[in-house]
Amino acid sequence: MIRIRIHYSKGRPQRFTGTLDMQKSWERTFRRAGLRLAYSQGFHPQPKLQLASPLPLGFTSTSEVLDVWLEDEKPPGDLLQALQKNLIPGIEITRIEEIPLNASAIQAIGETARFKIGLPPNVNLQQLQEKIADILSASSIPRVWKGKSYDLRPRILNLYVAPDHHLLMMELSARESSTGRPEEVLSELGIDPVVCSIERTALIARENNQQIVFGLDPV
Amino acid sequence: MFSTEIIERTLDEILPRVQKPGRYIGGEFNQIVKEWGAVKTRIALAFPDIYDIGVPNLGLAIFYDSINRRDDALAERTYLPWLDMEGLMRERSLPLYSLESKHALIDFDILAITLPYETLYTNTLNLLDLAGIPLESKDRSAHFPLVIAGGHAVYNPEPMAPFIDAFVIGEGEEVIDEIIAAHQAWKSSLTSEKSQLLSSLAKIPGVYVPGLYQPVYAADGRIKTIERQPETAPGRILKRMVPRLPAPPTRFIVPTVDVVHNRVAVEIMRGCTRGCRFCHAGFVTRPVRERSVEEIINAIDQALSATGFEEIALLSLSSSDYTQINDLVEAVSQRYAGRHLSISLPSLRIETTSVDLLERLRGNRSGGFTLAPEAATDRMRNTINKPIQSEQLLETARAIYSRGWPTLKLYFMIGHPSETLDDVQGIVDLCTQVMAVGKSALGRRAALNIGVSTFVPKPHTPFQWSACDTPEIIQEKQRLLRNGLRQPGIKLSWTDPKETMLEAWLSRGDRRMSAVIRRAWELGAKFDAWQDQFRYDAWIQAFQDCGLDPAFYTHRERDEGEIFPWDHIHTGVRKEYLLSEFRNSQAGVLRADCRDQCYACGILPEFSAVRRENPGPYWMCPEVAPRREKTPTP
Repeated sequence: MIRIRIHYSKGRPQRFTGTLDMQKSWERTFRRAGLRLAYSQGFHPQPKLQLASPLPLGFTSTSEVLDVWLEDEKPPGDLLQALQKNLIPGIEITRIEEIPLNASAIQAIGETARFKIGLPPNVNLQQLQEKIADILSASSIPRVWKGKSYDLRPRILNLYVAPDHHLLMMELSARESSTGRPEEVLSELGIDPVVCSIERTALIARENNQQIVFGLDPV
Repeated sequence: MFSTEIIERTLDEILPRVQKPGRYIGGEFNQIVKEWGAVKTRIALAFPDIYDIGVPNLGLAIFYDSINRRDDALAERTYLPWLDMEGLMRERSLPLYSLESKHALIDFDILAITLPYETLYTNTLNLLDLAGIPLESKDRSAHFPLVIAGGHAVYNPEPMAPFIDAFVIGEGEEVIDEIIAAHQAWKSSLTSEKSQLLSSLAKIPGVYVPGLYQPVYAADGRIKTIERQPETAPGRILKRMVPRLPAPPTRFIVPTVDVVHNRVAVEIMRGCTRGCRFCHAGFVTRPVRERSVEEIINAIDQALSATGFEEIALLSLSSSDYTQINDLVEAVSQRYAGRHLSISLPSLRIETTSVDLLERLRGNRSGGFTLAPEAATDRMRNTINKPIQSEQLLETARAIYSRGWPTLKLYFMIGHPSETLDDVQGIVDLCTQVMAVGKSALGRRAALNIGVSTFVPKPHTPFQWSACDTPEIIQEKQRLLRNGLRQPGIKLSWTDPKETMLEAWLSRGDRRMSAVIRRAWELGAKFDAWQDQFRYDAWIQAFQDCGLDPAFYTHRERDEGEIFPWDHIHTGVRKEYLLSEFRNSQAGVLRADCRDQCYACGILPEFSAVRRENPGPYWMCPEVAPRREKTPTP
């Protein structure tokens, strides 16, 4: 058995595929490719697949990571070739690597995530800059998410408008216990998240005091 | 006009606001997108319910595959939006569109709708309305797509007659190409009169153009005659039937949102030789045609590698009757064991060998074991022609429990003609015996699920002369079941009598019923097959508004001489044969499996030439002797 890590991007055609459905789609991709997945033991054996940090519905991403346990012990190049023509539309593999069977789950070591947000054309950039400055200088931003109140401010690590582009960039906390949501930041800025295109560009983890960046984000 | 660009942009704006937006964007693995301008004929295939129900439909999968194999045609899919999406579409005037290229349905040449069951009728009107297509054929000029429909429900096409330009009666695999040819010829001809297209379609065997027929009613509401205009329109429309089942589709759409069946489905056999008298499918799908084990295995192989699905379903009306069932189960279990696939083989006979079959096939006993005795007393079994022995059912139940299946599911039907409360009590008694058998086999309480549906006398079956139970009688029978089966370990489910009434009105309706359907839809009826959406009040109101009596359709026993609204639609089985079976039913006379002896139902004489050209064992009717060459007379 081997464990492989697939780095991939999830484009617009799959933006409405949720995490569980994405996992199912990957299982089927492996079966189409004729690669045997390793299954858990027990009465209801399940294929062993782990998606790092679930991506909210509607988002695209260039920083998706999937860990898969395979019965077929093949080199990454062969795996890539077998998977390539069986990928669902909108999914592109950027890299496959073999990792130790006992490597940490990214979910457990994730720290932050970066997002790139395409803003609607009618946004006033001047006003936006002012609101961003307000947010960054605030000491706390109380909000309510699904009936629970929390402080958004500590979950925002970075927030700025990309020069010369109608793009808003943000880096938010991505720990299992405290997740920063781009929709929440957008609402705080007075922008309807539904009219924006949101892409996750990087997942940043920390293990043994070393930062690991997943994704195509040039930083 | 909504261009594909405007449709896509509008979708971007509204999809983030709906549940399961993945239903509305297409882009699945195995989707086929052809160049719009490169073909002559563009066909939208519609299933008039939501994506989740429509995607697994095998009928549409067959047409999607076969039409897209043609160089000169394309097929794209469309389904109904759920309520939230419909609301937003209407708010934005976004017309119903195809998933593949996002073209509005009005831009297609042909809109082909599948109607496998009757409770899709109001949805069909909703679909046309959402597409911006006038509901009635007479109001649609040649600029609108040709609207055709097929599927099991349209063996009685009359309730939907005004809304559909042409019905395909029977199996559509071959006829679809003939319809495309007729459409292409019409499109390239100088005339663009729709009537020209319709009359050329009416010449295709198996195609019914309802606008050429006019039922005339007697004062009491029964049909006096069915007039034809012109007289050259065929007096009866014989269903289409493929002599050999063509290669099954294997490149199934692989959805990325969860749908009702995520599986490779292969039809192992079409038709059934059992002749259960209540069974619509058993009469309209004759003759029995089988696929070879080799063909089935090849199809599964191809489909598994084309889809990656984790489930295989071997479909037929009666799996145990498939001639090579042992070889098939052997081959499937050997080939697919240890691959974490779940395999289903529905409709098994009530005998212990069925337990062996499923055991070999599945390798595990998770899930339940399902059997369909349908009736519990010998008198009822003789009436419906499903002669099983209670002892055999109990023995099979014992085998199922003792070999480790956690639950047994039994299907019964109440409301069969001449059924009494004693017959219903028989269901209670039999299930109580099953529980006792289960306890003795297990040493503890057994789990038994019982599904009791209510009989609707269907067109083209021996029971088409019968009346349907009234809601009061159905309720009384259901009360008896509930009281008698309130036992630990038993789960009982039944059908709401109101839903049964709707099914009966729609399946037995004449052309006047179309006004009721339209009115019910106007009053808000849609998604009638969804228990939480079904609006009985709207239907009752619609009957009142249209001045029709629902009981006329459901609770009236028919005279032997009555002209049925569907009499000009011919399934190949003679009406006299159905009548003789109706009489046999009343006399309690059984008819054995017709593989053993031909009872001359009419299929063979009707299709004798086809049988002669296709001799051999994949067709279960007797052989027809080669025609003798006539010596030319000098």
